[in-house]
Amino acid sequence: MFSEFFQFTFSGITLGAIYALVALGFTLIYNASHVINFAQGEFLMIGGMGTVVLVGAGLPLPAAMVGALVLATVAGILLHRLAIAPARDADVVTLIIITIGASIFLRGLAQFFWGKEYHALPRFSATESLSIGGATLLTQSLWILSIAVVLVVALAVFFSRSKLGKAILATSMNKDAARLAGIKTQVILGVAFGISALLGAAAGLIVTPITFTAYDVGIMLGLKGFVAAAIGGLGSSTGAVVGGLLLGLSEAYTAGYISSDYKDAVPFVIILAILFFLPNGLFGSRAAERV
Amino acid sequence: MKKTILMSPYGGLLLLTLILALMPLAVSNDFHYDLLTKICLTATVAVGLNLLVGYAGQVSLGHAAFYGAGAYASAILTGQYTLSPMLALLSAAAGVGVLAWLVGRPILHLKGHYLSMATLGLGVIAAIVLNNEEQLTGGPDGIGLPPLSLFGHELSVFGEYQFAGLTFTGVELWYLLAAAVLVVAVLLALNIIDSPLGRALRALHGSEIAAQVAGVDTAKYKLRVFVISAVYASIAGSLYGHYSGFITPTVASFEHSIELITIVVLGGMASTFGVIIGAAILVLIPQFLTDFQELEMVVFGAILMAVMIFLPRGLLPSVLQRLQRGAQ
Repeated sequence: MFSEFFQFTFSGITLGAIYALVALGFTLIYNASHVINFAQGEFLMIGGMGTVVLVGAGLPLPAAMVGALVLATVAGILLHRLAIAPARDADVVTLIIITIGASIFLRGLAQFFWGKEYHALPRFSATESLSIGGATLLTQSLWILSIAVVLVVALAVFFSRSKLGKAILATSMNKDAARLAGIKTQVILGVAFGISALLGAAAGLIVTPITFTAYDVGIMLGLKGFVAAAIGGLGSSTGAVVGGLLLGLSEAYTAGYISSDYKDAVPFVIILAILFFLPNGLFGSRAAERV
Repeated sequence: MKKTILMSPYGGLLLLTLILALMPLAVSNDFHYDLLTKICLTATVAVGLNLLVGYAGQVSLGHAAFYGAGAYASAILTGQYTLSPMLALLSAAAGVGVLAWLVGRPILHLKGHYLSMATLGLGVIAAIVLNNEEQLTGGPDGIGLPPLSLFGHELSVFGEYQFAGLTFTGVELWYLLAAAVLVVAVLLALNIIDSPLGRALRALHGSEIAAQVAGVDTAKYKLRVFVISAVYASIAGSLYGHYSGFITPTVASFEHSIELITIVVLGGMASTFGVIIGAAILVLIPQFLTDFQELEMVVFGAILMAVMIFLPRGLLPSVLQRLQRGAQ
């Protein structure tokens, strides 16, 4: 009874950590440029598939990981440079369609160069699993959790301590004022897209040993990350992490106790329920509309 | 600039009717008729969605749910409850209208990205339900529909029909039906745009608060246009189901919702004739891209991005603007 509960909780937290990283990526780009980046899921795919392909090309695992992260970061910066920056005065819906176009484009490239097959990566540790209180804990879950925690802390330090982090914050608060203060806002926005892609790719990479990867895994993971970001209230980093964990746990409990057929529907039911009572998410600020 | 009859909305409707009526002269085989029929049905959904997105400024990323609901309701009502197709289509449209009214009340209070999120969520849930409720929907394998019947006459794509000494194939008649539906859909949309509802929608698109202050009951009008656009989608969905004779949950998928909103934005928001062009392009592009085979997605994604970056207002409005500038 309890071992089952522990089991579901472990897998929920593991899944939640992944969603939290994706949601942080959404939040970062949303804050910097008010764009909902529907190509966010593709960065996860590049992280996982990139590593698989580089390992297949003969690189040792750590080098392949670094290679995939670099590839995704470059893709993120290029996405901003080539598709978002030239359309900066466009309507919100237009920008959404541009990021959707980008996601189809990236998925298409992955399918063309890397194929349609499903791939797995070896687990990061030799020991597969530990037994705690009757429940099995995958060592990969521990890797996922610790890497997620390190990334979240690093991000917090980056924004509060580094000059670059503060420049991103300043740009997201008021672009014109930031530019007047001497910040090259277009460069800063590019950096934000790069970091967001890096976060997504890291999430996609560490989850691949347990969930497999393919050219199209980004669609569902990206949507769920968007849900997690919206649960927290778009734009709130704390909200993104809380939203991610909430999603992961509810999904795991639903799959375990109720029905695995409907586990993919859980995030969307939760977000509808939350928006019904809190139209700006859990941590979102009440926005005033100017006339 | 001189305002010719063709520049006015109803002149546009005349032009559209003319083009649709002359189309049979330009095409030669069943495959072309098939594409034309699909364009007309897709355009019908897009014209309805454009009322919501283009005119009222409310983004829906889950509109395929209503299209799928119409198609599946027709399939289930004609199959398991043996209703006649027309009766099923009308019941489906009424049911979807009520459904849209029920879900629209809470979610239309949401703004911007939260509304996108909520409509997206509804769409994804609808697709998952259709996939999982196998007893009712046939699950991922899909479900069949009988041919449409009008006033006791069956309209099958495989049939041949005699009218006033002329012989028509079922495919040709289906095209004529879909074209007629599109013309009626456009006529209704133009009337709505030109009515107090249309003016209220444009007011709340500009600024919802300002519209409220000016005495517009924005919640009421938003809900009304949401229901109208859902009914458009439901009717087109039912017709598509009878036309193709078989549907799968992909009709209600997230990808299909994205395709619909893409048509509206690509063709030109708040441009009824623009979205028809958008629908034609989205239906035809895959045909031209089959030459690229493996690179189809790459090319499609690139085209989509390029059009939206260089013509952010959509194809038709941008082209018309250039023409006007040239004329001056």
